[in-house]
Amino acid sequence: MSSRAFDITLIVNGGAVTERVEARKTLVDFLRDDLGLTGSHVGCEHGVCGACTVRVNGAILRGCLMLAVQCDGARIETIEGVSDSGEIADLQDAFERRNALQCGFCTPAMVLTAQELLAQPGVPSREAIREHISGNYCRCTGYQAIVDAIEAVAQARSLSPSFWGASGASEPGIRTRDANAHLDSGSGPAGRPGMTVTRRAT
Amino acid sequence: MKIVDDNPSVLTALDRPNSYIGRAVPRPNLKRLTQGRGQYVSDVTLPRMAHVAFLRSPHAHARIVKIDAGAAKKAPGVVAVVTGAELAKVITPWVGVLTHLKGIKSAPQHAIAVDRACWAGEAVCAVVARSRAEAEDACELIAIDYQPLPAVTDPETATDATTPVIHPALGDNLCFERSLDVGEVDKAFAASDAVIETTFVFGRHTGVTNEPRAIVADWNEGEQRLTVYQGTQAPHMMQDLFAKHLGLAHQQVRVLTKDVGGSFGIKVHTYADEMATVALSKLLRRPVKFVADRIESFVTDIHARDHRVKARIGVNKDGAITAWEIDDLTGIGPYSVYPRTSGIEANQVVNLTGGPYTCMNYRARARVVFQNKNVMCQYRAVGHPIAVAVTEGLVELAAAKIGMDPLEIRRRNLIADDAYPCGSASGLKFEQLSHHESLAHLDAMMNYAGLRAEQAKLRQRGIHRGIGFASFIEVTNPSAAFYGVGGARISSQDGATVKLDAQGNISVHSGVTEQGQGTEAVLAQVTASAFGVPIERVRVVTGDTDNTPYGGGTWASRGAGIGGEAAWQAGKALRGNVLAVAGSMLQTTPQDLDIRNGVVVDRASGTERLPLDELARVAYFRPDTLPPGFQAELMATRHYVPRAWPFAFTNGIQASYLEVDTDTGFVTLLKHWCVEDCGTVINPQLVDEQVRGGVVQGIGAALFEQCLYDERGQMLNGNMADYLVPMAAEMPDIEVGHVVSPTADSELGAKGAGEAGTAGAPACVMNAINDALRPLGASPLTDMPFTPDKILKALGKI
Repeated sequence: MSSRAFDITLIVNGGAVTERVEARKTLVDFLRDDLGLTGSHVGCEHGVCGACTVRVNGAILRGCLMLAVQCDGARIETIEGVSDSGEIADLQDAFERRNALQCGFCTPAMVLTAQELLAQPGVPSREAIREHISGNYCRCTGYQAIVDAIEAVAQARSLSPSFWGASGASEPGIRTRDANAHLDSGSGPAGRPGMTVTRRAT
Repeated sequence: MKIVDDNPSVLTALDRPNSYIGRAVPRPNLKRLTQGRGQYVSDVTLPRMAHVAFLRSPHAHARIVKIDAGAAKKAPGVVAVVTGAELAKVITPWVGVLTHLKGIKSAPQHAIAVDRACWAGEAVCAVVARSRAEAEDACELIAIDYQPLPAVTDPETATDATTPVIHPALGDNLCFERSLDVGEVDKAFAASDAVIETTFVFGRHTGVTNEPRAIVADWNEGEQRLTVYQGTQAPHMMQDLFAKHLGLAHQQVRVLTKDVGGSFGIKVHTYADEMATVALSKLLRRPVKFVADRIESFVTDIHARDHRVKARIGVNKDGAITAWEIDDLTGIGPYSVYPRTSGIEANQVVNLTGGPYTCMNYRARARVVFQNKNVMCQYRAVGHPIAVAVTEGLVELAAAKIGMDPLEIRRRNLIADDAYPCGSASGLKFEQLSHHESLAHLDAMMNYAGLRAEQAKLRQRGIHRGIGFASFIEVTNPSAAFYGVGGARISSQDGATVKLDAQGNISVHSGVTEQGQGTEAVLAQVTASAFGVPIERVRVVTGDTDNTPYGGGTWASRGAGIGGEAAWQAGKALRGNVLAVAGSMLQTTPQDLDIRNGVVVDRASGTERLPLDELARVAYFRPDTLPPGFQAELMATRHYVPRAWPFAFTNGIQASYLEVDTDTGFVTLLKHWCVEDCGTVINPQLVDEQVRGGVVQGIGAALFEQCLYDERGQMLNGNMADYLVPMAAEMPDIEVGHVVSPTADSELGAKGAGEAGTAGAPACVMNAINDALRPLGASPLTDMPFTPDKILKALGKI
């Protein structure tokens, strides 16, 4: 039992927030319960399912494994903020069109995780995509549609880097994609599940 | 019957102008989910809402001697501490039995244990507080004096005379038993060229929905009305149960279900802690919220499977299967789950085993026994994974025994595609299946001959790959035969109401529900097609007992086949009503008009006659201009329930290609295929994703998932680090194909597709592992999940 509370000031989705939080409160509970940002979900509360994934100072991490008091001075981005900025609009659109979500509970975290991979140079292979999202549990889809959606966005972005530059380069803490990344990748047939020959860029 | 691509351009029978039937249109409701703007029950907050935490029994079986809650009641933020005896004055207990499962018995179960806890995890006391954290703090201050009792944890000895009886009033630990003896089983076995006998074991596992069970109950003392926000598959069923056990009328109970973070059969049952939450709201006259944490989920969400099946098959040298025999034993929890019972899975194993095949000599026995473990009940594909693994495991063992190719033995024994209608040995009735067409499609799709050649080549290099198959049948579109005839107040019919609004757009309110399957997309497609508007002009409303027609909800693969047909009929009815209005406005006969792409047109020429917004304007705001005596009816309701067949059986076949590392025992899944026949495919993308998601859950059962218990009835791995679920890196790509045999029981002809993947995947992974290991002399693996240690033991390496 703890009644110790601390004042914290942080930036959440671009806006300054000052709140008094109990020392034991996790970041995701703080975001959901104190700020009403319910797009970050609580699935297991022990760091396995990944549903609580948020960005802290530009890097994704599990909101259930970090305490709110540890975020004093930090810059937090949640699915709500990243949606409003338009940074992942193409990824969200691909998830919707490919039906890469069913119940949708894992989805906000899944797209944030995917966006981290897509911020790396090159077009990732299906295996690399699977590996990168392997800390995010989805019980509904069987993952293939998610891999398809991420792969399609990776290919599209590599062919039109201006899209990424326009929407994401201004986002602090996010690396800008290499405009020549598509030159490194293979030429696998797009969108054919299980038949890709796309190589991982080195 | 015809084969369709993943994205067919048209289907003919239902191809009205601008039809959406058969098209992979995206679901209309996904943006709010991808943006994190859905509303799951765990997101719901109400004014004056309190939170409940449950103190749960650490013992599998114990008498509750004394509960000292004095300190907890004084703890910060605490609203109330409530024991089982106190809550029993508000909510009555229940007994999970149905009359059509002859002889099934169970004991009364309370919302919170009274006097005795019967499994580790059963709630024994509730604390309601301002926050969940404060409620949990106070739980730690409650002192309970338990007197431990012997725990019954081994199904094999559950009915022995020396084993304690969990509920003495029942006389023994046998919940349900069913026997079947069809044809001449003994004679057939005696005359067989070979008889293969083995025992299959299926690990107890669970649904692991990403959003745990969640409920917010809001009793309004002024209205004398209960509003329940619940992540459930069956709002009307829950309305009935809340009303019954709280002593309320249906009119006093509203169940609201918006976004549900996964269900898979987990969220279609009565849970004691959820019943307790509604009772606490009534008792305390304020909203109360309960969200299970992950450990609570593992020890209270229904478990499933946990079957031990002794089985044998007779076969002749020509491949003819001569007889089947199974003896199934399953250990459920201390109670049969209400209201669907815990006898259905074993009953399904008896019904479904051998189902795809012509052999009519079949003997089966199934026994369901009580245990001091968490309760078991219906989880995705109820009984199918067991029956399919037993059947298909036996078929491939028989093929190996007589040296026949596993596809060839199936060709020789599967029911012929032109033999329908016909029945199975267990009495199932089949309208039209397509086992052979499906098999041929699979054979081509996977390039079976090519894979066999590759397998042989790699084998020479010490790489051991396996190919396994599983033919299956799946129960979908259940009529009242599933639950209603047994006395369960679970609707098998469903309704849809379609109405035209004042801008000429339409809405459809349906009794089936959405938990991610795409129900709302299917309803929108069907309604748009039947009525004649672009899909963007259709709004779908589900999950609200105040505002949708009475219905069963979404389970047993019934959403599209039953809810979809009701929407189809309602859409057609509204089209007729709207054309009557148009006819009177245009001074022509309605039969000469149609609605296409949102416009009333001349049926023959397609010439535009009247936009729907103009029709709606006149009907709603200037009805005085319509002919005297004419009344526009711009809302239509239709209901549907299958009547010609008790169930719409579907069928299919799956294949798995995998590699076994014989040094580590690790299995790498390389590829998976499924060809299935769910009748009319309304949305091929949604069907395929149901299959893929289902396959992966079946793979979980085959390779990873098991609720491990010790002999004291303690669950040993109730967390997601120790209970393994399929993650992206280990899963293969899954190719899906279709054969289409529509049911004639409905105009749409759609059957269900939600459980086919889960039904067949464990069997074909098992068969593929055994195919990989057979040349190495390993004894066949039949004990799921097939963990590396079991594989190494089969190879004699440990």
